[in-house]
Amino acid sequence: MADRDVGQEGDGTPGSGQLFPVSLTVNGAVHTVRVPARRLLSDCLRHDLRLTGTHVGCEHGVCGACTVLLDGVAVRSCLLLTVTADGGAITTVEGLAGPDGALSAVQQAFADCHGLQCGFCTPGFLTMITAALEQNPDPTPEQAREIIGGNLCRCTGYQNIVAAVLRAAELMRAGPA
Amino acid sequence: MTAMFGEPIARLEDDRLLRGHGAYLDDLGHDALAAAFVRSPHAHARITGIDVSGALDVAGLVAIYTYEDLEGRVAEALPLLIPHPALTHGRTGFPLANGEVKYAGEPVVMVIAADRYLAEDAAERVLVDYDPRPAVVGLDAAAAAENLVHADVPGNVAANLVQSNGDAAAAIAAAPHQLELDLTIERSASTPLEGRGVLARWDTESRRLRIWTSTQTSTGVRAAVAAKLGLALADVDVITPDVGGGFGVKIVHPWPEEVLVPWAARRLGRPVKFTEDRIEHFMASAHERGQRHRVRVGFGDDGRVHGLDVRFWHDNGAYVPYGLIVPIITSTQLLGPYKPESYRVEFSSLYTNTVIVTPYRGAGRPQGAFVMERTMDAVAAALGLDRAVVRERNFIRPEEMPYDHGLIFQDGRPLIYDSGDYPAMLAKIKELVGWDGFEAERAAAREQGRRLGIGLACYVEGTGVGPYEGAHVVVETSGKVKVATGLTSQGQGHQTVFAQIVADELGVPIGDIEVVTGDTRAFGYAVGTFASRAAVMSGSAVALAARAARAKAIKVAAAALEASPDDLEITGGMVRIKGDPDSGIALGTVAVLSNPLRYAFDEAAQAATQFAGGDIGAPPVAEGDAPGIEGREFYSPVRSTFAAGMHAVVVETDDETAEVKVVRYCVVHDCGTLINPRIVQGQIHGGVAQGVAGALYERMAYDEFGQLQNASFMDFLMPYVSEVPDGITIDHTVTPSPLNPLGIKGAGEAGVIPGAAVFAAAIEDAEGISIRAMPISPSELFELRRAGQAGGTAE
Repeated sequence: MADRDVGQEGDGTPGSGQLFPVSLTVNGAVHTVRVPARRLLSDCLRHDLRLTGTHVGCEHGVCGACTVLLDGVAVRSCLLLTVTADGGAITTVEGLAGPDGALSAVQQAFADCHGLQCGFCTPGFLTMITAALEQNPDPTPEQAREIIGGNLCRCTGYQNIVAAVLRAAELMRAGPA
Repeated sequence: MTAMFGEPIARLEDDRLLRGHGAYLDDLGHDALAAAFVRSPHAHARITGIDVSGALDVAGLVAIYTYEDLEGRVAEALPLLIPHPALTHGRTGFPLANGEVKYAGEPVVMVIAADRYLAEDAAERVLVDYDPRPAVVGLDAAAAAENLVHADVPGNVAANLVQSNGDAAAAIAAAPHQLELDLTIERSASTPLEGRGVLARWDTESRRLRIWTSTQTSTGVRAAVAAKLGLALADVDVITPDVGGGFGVKIVHPWPEEVLVPWAARRLGRPVKFTEDRIEHFMASAHERGQRHRVRVGFGDDGRVHGLDVRFWHDNGAYVPYGLIVPIITSTQLLGPYKPESYRVEFSSLYTNTVIVTPYRGAGRPQGAFVMERTMDAVAAALGLDRAVVRERNFIRPEEMPYDHGLIFQDGRPLIYDSGDYPAMLAKIKELVGWDGFEAERAAAREQGRRLGIGLACYVEGTGVGPYEGAHVVVETSGKVKVATGLTSQGQGHQTVFAQIVADELGVPIGDIEVVTGDTRAFGYAVGTFASRAAVMSGSAVALAARAARAKAIKVAAAALEASPDDLEITGGMVRIKGDPDSGIALGTVAVLSNPLRYAFDEAAQAATQFAGGDIGAPPVAEGDAPGIEGREFYSPVRSTFAAGMHAVVVETDDETAEVKVVRYCVVHDCGTLINPRIVQGQIHGGVAQGVAGALYERMAYDEFGQLQNASFMDFLMPYVSEVPDGITIDHTVTPSPLNPLGIKGAGEAGVIPGAAVFAAAIEDAEGISIRAMPISPSELFELRRAGQAGGTAE
């Protein structure tokens, strides 16, 4: 349980606006923060809750690096205001590994397939793929490409990420990682 | 123990990054103040006034700085990093604009506030009055010089450089055939997913500065910032955290922000951080690629090139902090695997009112390969010869290595290729792509209404340029091995490959090795990560340092075991007598013994204390010796290594939409010996994707006023998975470099280099239309088709 004030109270000059209490369940832990209305969910996760695994690559919803799961659905946290996520359950990349610390099937598949290089876009791919494999645990190669079709990576040329999607599905079918 | 060198092991970096435990620049410094910048909206203007009064009421505001506030050397122009005698009119910018702005995005005012939101609130309220001046945009306007970027630079010419080998003009005139080609490549950019960023802490008690920056050269930043702030090098630490991709752009230093943020942190006595946003990265970091070439070539009936004359114009943007590196690389690497009987190249590097131009992966080579390969295809077409045959007839033969081109390369050294077997590579790529059977494939596809084309492109890449890198390897008393090298990592897997080298050289399990890169506290002498040099330079230095540590360990262990050093080996972290697996002493114990002690810090350390034995007639540390099992070595080659590659692509062009689809993409690559084939494969995959991007999608769309019209990921068409080939077939030839102890040549940039060249060739082959400019969009191909149908020619 964390309770933090973010931003300044003030007199109407910029940045001094009202703070709103927001309750978020992030990776199973309940956090209450007080944030300005304009605070992006990505900034709240990264800078208020210090969960810096979620990255921001473009701040306009195109690259997908900031993807988190909100109530199980993959969303771009740079396009959401924190206040709109009030009461939501969020999974970030930090919440993907098992309670025993074992990498999830998707994380393990990325390691197995050399699916990452600089690692900056990786959290967005991991969350996106995690959600997609819940929906479709047995994707075809074509579907694997579709699953990652909205995330940008500058390092890998996507070849090994596609392979990792298929490998993750294989690991999941084989049983809990 | 299995050798690690050459094994495709999984990366040691990954576990941390996969858990979200990476530490990139903006993940640090949660207590830091935030910097935001007021940037010029004009490509060229005089600043007539700055009014900050409207910003002063913003909550959380800490400071606002304009050029007038800068002190000492911080107020001077940024350094010209790589001077060259031909760079007669080198100009660099100021950290904050000094009365004039020369590109849209140039920093004018720095605002420091409690967080980035507030800093941007304040920045928005700073009013700057500009007197706009005509902008010089594009090479035509730069060369016409009706307007000048810098009033004191006539003709907008930063530099003019000529190199030649033989009398190309005479050879062309005397040749049986001549051709002229005009070729153009547009701008693109590195565009890593993480932009630039810098965090600085000034310790008011120790009066030392610590900087974290998303850079490709921590030692370069350290030297530059120390000079600007008047600090001793010893009082400045620069740490490269995890870096979210570089691809060249982060080799530039010091950025204005890298000077200003540490300066403000010292002045304020508080940590300050700047994290670049995406539009800033597009408008205010650096681009590359933009060049226009005029080629004259004279050749024989057999396709052999007798004379090659290349005149080109290079758009260097508003300033030239990185000197002439990109056009020098283009002018020399253009030659690829070929040996024209004579060659002359002349380039002009021209100023424009656009963001600076500095190396982007490939660094001038994609342009050179495009020009040379278009020329080879044109020669083949003119003679009705197979394109592969013309190439082969112009190849440098393996027995001609080392091959001296008679030119000076980017490192100031002679352009001498160290090794390579280009005919073998050609045979492999033809086999991989199905070159000889392609006409049947084309005809079969045409029957189905599909239009196919095939292209081939070759290149040679000077890699591993000097001057040097170094490394330190130390065995801890725990037996763990710490490795440090000064150059930085941006995702290449350096920790893994350097650990693989040390594991073999030192005989320790790879899990016991920890590698640190890009941290001046761990290793203070380094150059940086660029030019596919990390494996060659630091890889060699790491090997040499590990060998030194090994020799020391063997010596100490030999004394302890009363054995001859020649009879000892190190495997699995144990020093053993060869052939006696039960003998031996752990490397950690050897480390204890190597350091004569007065005080035992634990039980194991008691063995090294003064009453534990040893020769009481000799000094505990012998003359010329030193305590510890460590090695610190440098690698400094006489000149560059030369990797090479050949790519082939089969494309399908849509008859109606003019879209270009990749049917298959094949790569043959030679980077000398491979440390980790999986990592090399990953580097090639990523490079090919950037090659596809530069051929078909990405460009910097400046309008006539110098406004970048596509400065977002919505409009700059960085490929998603849907735009890259579904599968890339890769094969290797291995011609080890004779210049370094491991035979490595470097692989970082390879994949991107022939992208524009190979797609131009394939599209031309599919369409029967000359392709002279890249990238090419469906609309442009559609227009070329229409021009052809209208009876005109495409040229």
